[in-house]
Amino acid sequence: MSEPSKIVKTIASIIFPFTMVFGIYVILHGHLTPGGGFQGGAIVASGIVLLLVAFGSAEIAKRVKESHLSILESIGALSFISLALLGLSTTFFYNFLAGSNFIFGRIPPFGSNPGDMNTGGVLPLMNISVGLKVIAGLSAIVLVLSLFARSRKQRKR
Amino acid sequence: MNKIAILMVFIIFSCALISTILTLRPFGEPKSTEMDDYIIKNAQNETGSNNAVTSVVFDYRGFDTLGEATVLFTAVAGVLLVLRRNAHE
Repeated sequence: MSEPSKIVKTIASIIFPFTMVFGIYVILHGHLTPGGGFQGGAIVASGIVLLLVAFGSAEIAKRVKESHLSILESIGALSFISLALLGLSTTFFYNFLAGSNFIFGRIPPFGSNPGDMNTGGVLPLMNISVGLKVIAGLSAIVLVLSLFARSRKQRKR
Repeated sequence: MNKIAILMVFIIFSCALISTILTLRPFGEPKSTEMDDYIIKNAQNETGSNNAVTSVVFDYRGFDTLGEATVLFTAVAGVLLVLRRNAHE
């Protein structure tokens, strides 16, 4: 397979930071605007796939190991479950932070309002953990698949 | 013979589908709206989240999201298990 041209590489490296910022915005504002952990994680993972297409799997695999991505995904899953378990004094998945004076503890006024980052209880934390999990999981899948295709092609040669 | 059987199955299946479509309620008028009304009225007070969809996904229906996350985890674990580079390769 021939290398992608210089145009593809330049455009990919220009678009990549904007994709990252947009995906992280969608994750962090999951309790205010449409979107959330799954959607934002998919956006960030699509940015990583863009780099993978433009620069090749070997170049990315030098910098990112799929075992590290797997560890990140496990951290996301564990923090999601432990956030759910922390509300266990009432019920599983109880929103124990909403209404408290701690982080993310404010209650917004009823109806439409401009929105405040400091609301939502455990929902932003769950969005972050699910977003981490989806980013790491999808990038690990695509990275491993592309490395596998590359090694098969080399073996045929 | 085989074609006639397939045709019969097709006709029966489409009759079932069409009869279901004829008994559907009109679009935008669900039968009972108690759950919707409850969530619209109380989601902001109970979860503190402006986005009612997020409050349903992560709070009221948290178990569903846990299952979804488990599906993703299982998929990633399966792909990594099958396609990971072997160390001695």
